[in-house]
Amino acid sequence: MPESTAAKREQLKPPVSNVGIIGWLRTNLFSTWYNSLLTIAMLGILAWLVPPLFRWVFIDSLWNSSAEACRDIDGACWSVIPNNIRFIILGFFPEGQEWRPILAMILLLSLVIYSKERSRWKKSLAWLWLINLIIMGTLMYGGVLGMPVVETSQWSGLPLTFLLSFFGMIVAYPLGILLALGRRSEMPAIKTLCVVYIEMIRGVPLISLLFMSSIMFPLFLPEGVSIDKVLRALIAIILFTAAYIAEVVRGGLQAMPRGQYEAADSLGLPYKHTMRLVILPQALKIVIPPSVGVLLSVFKDTSLVVIIALYDVLKTTMVTLSNPKWAGYSSESYIFLALLYFVFCYAMSSYSRKLEKELHTGH
Amino acid sequence: MKITKTLVLVLSLCLMLVSFAHAGKDLDAVKSKGFIQAGVNGSVFGFGMPDEKGNWAGLDVDTARAIAAAIFGDASKVKFTPLSAQQRFTALQSGEIDVLTRNATQTLSRETQLGLNFVSVNYYDGQGFMISKKLGVKSATELDGATVCVLPGTTTEQNAADYFRTNKMSWKPVVIESTAELAKTFFAGRCDVLTSDASQLAGTRAIAANPKGYAILPEIISKEPLAPAVRHGDDQFRDIVDFSVLAMINAEELGITSKNVDMMLKSKNPVIQRFLGTSPGNGKSLGLDEKWAYNIIKQVGNYGEVFERNVGVNTTLGIERGLNALWTNGGLMYSPPFK
Repeated sequence: MPESTAAKREQLKPPVSNVGIIGWLRTNLFSTWYNSLLTIAMLGILAWLVPPLFRWVFIDSLWNSSAEACRDIDGACWSVIPNNIRFIILGFFPEGQEWRPILAMILLLSLVIYSKERSRWKKSLAWLWLINLIIMGTLMYGGVLGMPVVETSQWSGLPLTFLLSFFGMIVAYPLGILLALGRRSEMPAIKTLCVVYIEMIRGVPLISLLFMSSIMFPLFLPEGVSIDKVLRALIAIILFTAAYIAEVVRGGLQAMPRGQYEAADSLGLPYKHTMRLVILPQALKIVIPPSVGVLLSVFKDTSLVVIIALYDVLKTTMVTLSNPKWAGYSSESYIFLALLYFVFCYAMSSYSRKLEKELHTGH
Repeated sequence: MKITKTLVLVLSLCLMLVSFAHAGKDLDAVKSKGFIQAGVNGSVFGFGMPDEKGNWAGLDVDTARAIAAAIFGDASKVKFTPLSAQQRFTALQSGEIDVLTRNATQTLSRETQLGLNFVSVNYYDGQGFMISKKLGVKSATELDGATVCVLPGTTTEQNAADYFRTNKMSWKPVVIESTAELAKTFFAGRCDVLTSDASQLAGTRAIAANPKGYAILPEIISKEPLAPAVRHGDDQFRDIVDFSVLAMINAEELGITSKNVDMMLKSKNPVIQRFLGTSPGNGKSLGLDEKWAYNIIKQVGNYGEVFERNVGVNTTLGIERGLNALWTNGGLMYSPPFK
């Protein structure tokens, strides 16, 4: 008898209302009266919002047509993107040379993807980067191998966004580390210098730095001397980013327990080695999340160069929209741009999460 | 040591990007570098804006090309620097550009305090009003109590306020930051009137769902003579820029176009002969090739052609000649004699 009772018990299922979809709905969406109310309200809002949005995006929309055809529809006119994609992405790069910036961007992206694996972080990788940077620079500038020279004033669109953000990050990060170390230094002159620099840069908005670099700075130069406009903007972005990185890294340095410094000292390591072998590897690991935050905002802040008339990908889109033919389709263009930015930012932040997990050695 | 070496390398790389232009007179500098650097707007359709392929187009752009044709005999020897409204005058003062062809209004303070020389006007603009035809208004004096869409912080807003005050009318401004949004708001019917420069109004009307439903009122409430500018200090260069603009106007007066200019070379008319350099003199006076005016007309066109190509009635903007017609047709375009 006991056996049959056991069998019977096994066959008993939990009440239908507690498992499956219904159970999930009960526990998550309708657990209390106010949750139920909220759920119903949200469903109402979704029902009100989604169908028209869906209609606008997919049903009533045109994906590849002329501007004239777009006049007669109620939906989205995505045609603005394919019709202007060349200018939005590449801007002023001369006709017939489009392959050069495209190849340079592909090189950059594939190199970034290749460098993701930590097992590949060796000295040879640094050389690979150096060689590829030179190739990319040659591709963009030309002047050899029958490629006509394309001056930096013609670099625009996505390549310019990449150039500004990538070099903004790569150069600013080591500079930021140096500044952070300088701020923690016991030498008063260096310390003051670093503090003044960091606080001064952090005290002004990026726009004002860009303005200074593009409008004030040329007036101070002797007549006839001019510094490349893109380079000026890039330096402003680097100086700005470095100050923020410095504070982030300083946070990591301060989080290191005193014992780590003492352990390094007792091994007789000089300052340089203490920092390079013991402190910085641990400190930088701690500050991955805030560093990525800073880097993400650099990537997005590069669009501020609009105000000094550099044509990054945001500005090329805006120019497209000032053509009366396409002027009515700003929402579509900006949605496209938002997606573009999102893809890169999301890739960056998910990579940082992966790196964090790999480097996690906490106990 | 390694770090020092890297630093030196980086610094020298940076220095390579610093270019030394030839100091001295503007014209010599332009001639020795082999091209002219022109500051343009970059986002005003019909005046200075890249097309879908990234090639520059517009009335101001063609003016700059004409100057290049005059100096080098080649209209393509010009490089364009897009400039924001804040940057434009500094860029000219600091020598980053040689000439500013960026729909800038000529004013007394800009001539004097900023040290600029504006040359002959290449477009007479002015602020106007656009209404929906449903409103049934024929003149701006009937706009009492109207809601007016206007961009903030520009002289446009001030001009409108002045106009309504002097005419003792009340108005309600609807201030919106972006031009595109402003147009959308107006077409949605949130305001009765849209005010902006007349050339902009034409462009805005062109993007309406039914452009015929809107009208631009005849009143122009401000003067905006848009002219190219150079900096003080090189009068010869200023003359060349000035007469490049005037040559296009003069060619239209003489009936010379890019198509018939070769035929006109054989003209017996002494005025045309002097103008095109078949009887020499003008070129030498300006320090240019005798064929300078011929090159402008051949490669860029006369003023009428340039106007019609960029902003005229057959373009999206569809602007009538109006003030920009020749003086013989009731406009203001007038060229001194070329002799």
